[in-house]
Amino acid sequence: MYTILSKREMAQGTVVENVISAPRIAKKAQPGQFVMLRVNETGERIPLTMADSDPEKGTIKIIYQVVGKTTALLKTLEVGDAIQDVAGPLGKATHLEKLGTVVCVGGGTGVAVLHPITRGFKEAGNNVISICGSRTKDLLILEEEMAAASTECQICTDDGSCGYHGFGTDLLKKLLDDGKVDLVVGIGPVPMMRAVTNLTRKYNVRTMVSLNAIMVDGTGMCGCCRVTVGGKTRFACVDGPEFDGHEVDFDELMTRLRSYPDQEKDSMNRFDHQCRAEAALK
Amino acid sequence: MAAKEKVGRQPMPEQKPEVRAKNFKEVPLGYSPETAVTEASRCLNCKKPGCVEGCPVGIDIPGFITRIEGGDFAGAIAKIKETNALPAVCGRVCPQEAQCEARCILGKKDEPVAIGRLERFLADWERDQGDVPLPQKAPATGKKVAVVGSGPSGLTVAGDLILKGHDVTVFEAFHKPGGVLLYGIPEFRLPKEILFAEINYMERLGVKFEMNSVVGKVVTLQELREEGFDAIYVAVGAGLPYFLGVPGENLIGIYSANEYLTRSNLMKAYLFPEYDTPIALGNNVAVIGAGNVAMDAARTALRMGADKVRIVYRRSREEMPARAEEIHHAEEEGIELFLLTNPQGFLGDDRGKVRGMECIQMELGEPDDSGRRRPVAKEGTEFELPCDLAVIAVGAGANPLLTSTTPELSLNKRGYIVADSASGKTTMPGVWAGGDIVTGMATVIQAMGAGRAAANSIHQYLTWGW
Repeated sequence: MYTILSKREMAQGTVVENVISAPRIAKKAQPGQFVMLRVNETGERIPLTMADSDPEKGTIKIIYQVVGKTTALLKTLEVGDAIQDVAGPLGKATHLEKLGTVVCVGGGTGVAVLHPITRGFKEAGNNVISICGSRTKDLLILEEEMAAASTECQICTDDGSCGYHGFGTDLLKKLLDDGKVDLVVGIGPVPMMRAVTNLTRKYNVRTMVSLNAIMVDGTGMCGCCRVTVGGKTRFACVDGPEFDGHEVDFDELMTRLRSYPDQEKDSMNRFDHQCRAEAALK
Repeated sequence: MAAKEKVGRQPMPEQKPEVRAKNFKEVPLGYSPETAVTEASRCLNCKKPGCVEGCPVGIDIPGFITRIEGGDFAGAIAKIKETNALPAVCGRVCPQEAQCEARCILGKKDEPVAIGRLERFLADWERDQGDVPLPQKAPATGKKVAVVGSGPSGLTVAGDLILKGHDVTVFEAFHKPGGVLLYGIPEFRLPKEILFAEINYMERLGVKFEMNSVVGKVVTLQELREEGFDAIYVAVGAGLPYFLGVPGENLIGIYSANEYLTRSNLMKAYLFPEYDTPIALGNNVAVIGAGNVAMDAARTALRMGADKVRIVYRRSREEMPARAEEIHHAEEEGIELFLLTNPQGFLGDDRGKVRGMECIQMELGEPDDSGRRRPVAKEGTEFELPCDLAVIAVGAGANPLLTSTTPELSLNKRGYIVADSASGKTTMPGVWAGGDIVTGMATVIQAMGAGRAAANSIHQYLTWGW
């Protein structure tokens, strides 16, 4: 039973954090790895990168943005409810090593995935500067946690409502201009990761990204999550989810993420309709 | 005996092609008890039955057929279950024409006894009777066995060893048991209700199933040994799909057969939106490859509403690896064969969706390593084949998920586990392996045969220590 032990809403309810009981997974989970979950019997399998894990308590933490039917359905689960299926830990763990200065750039919900990686790099003895960005102040998540996990944490918003007024790449550019950066980790929406890698390419600084490709099994069995990296087809589920950002074909990833626009809309509309009907009955 | 030969092989009623091409219900409808008895009466009950030798799990075929002839269906199914835990599955998906039925003496002059249809009849008859009686289990031995993978090979080992008194736990990576029987074989060839009934029978025997357990990731084989499993059987299948490696292969609307069938079968995408998993619908579908998996994918696409479905294969009809019955069913339903045609690349539209395939015509040259004539491209015969959905069904290789975290297991150069062919023993003490992860892609019954051999070896090891 993958029981939900806690539930916290963030970013005006658009992002949800759940701590889930999953002792076996918690024992093995490493930063950068993901789980495949299925909410209920008729549900689809979706990958979610873990935001944390606690082997002693036997729990894992997921933080997800409500973007479609499955995440909307997941959000309806309360503390004490169980998620039908959770499998993991899957994918390769982040290779945490002492490099010197590591800059961790997170956008939107990507910050949730970035958090344990940031902490890991700091624990490995690096000088870790993190940059957390979002469109506006109310959509920022985990600012305090990120501040605690890094040597220095910078905040930016597109509208200037909190921290630096502008994009994370502006702050990153300053850091790259000012001093030596050994590694950049960029995790967030595809356009953001592309912007980060385009920038760091000019400075020839190694950049790691975590890809959120569509998956079915998550174990390398179907090839749904294939991405082109360095001109070769790789599977995000088993070869990733982290790759060298300078080698990733982001256009292709973006296209493949839009494989099912009509079905996704249809599913969401039906779910909304059902929720409204249930609310009306109450 | 002469009188017996006058009765011809009894046909099995089927859904009509034009009807079944639009639904996911099973194609053959099964024998009636009367037809089964008539068919059973054709068996000559040979002293040295070739059919038994042709069966990878050595079912006492004349033994069960004579019981059918005498009307003792319960005795007949009990006879099968002495050596085969999955008769409803085997009666449907085994290539009998290449195994038991190929060795039937009647086949020399006439048609062989329909052994597969009779096996299926018995399994279905028993299920219709309600509670299936459980065979006597040996007293508990106190030994624990872990089976990794719940496909046909793993289920065979579990079914055999539970009867011998061992404590068996099956670990499955997916959320439901069955392996390829579940995610790979479509509803119209193996109704999932039947598969779940077979698995339920195993659970009633005491086999434990642990779902969502990706062994190699969540727990290693070494850790399972440390947790107290005395023996481990690894049967994780050949779960790494091959692609063609041609330009444009990552366009939207191009699937591996594994993905296409998993979406449809395991995730029930054919019932979208009742089930949440989406699947691309094509009007004009190309399936590349000509094995059983390709036929399954093509026939699924047809049932999803495609106007046109083509099998594209670089060799000729003679070399098609699919069972004759599958090819026959596919053609009957209106699937076209595009033979001696090799895809060289895919073409996309402005949204990144596949709209066609660049092909070249082939001709057969000299035989290659596999003994089949090598297809050679005919220069200047390039052409464009329009398609809005393409499924690549050219086989699968060894998935390294488990083996990469198990350095104790020796692998061959293609990544398959090295195991003794007679016993299934690997290079890791207390660990056996069998099925596709040892042999590469093969049939359900071959995987079951490997399971049978390994189960005997494991039982011997647990009893005598070697």
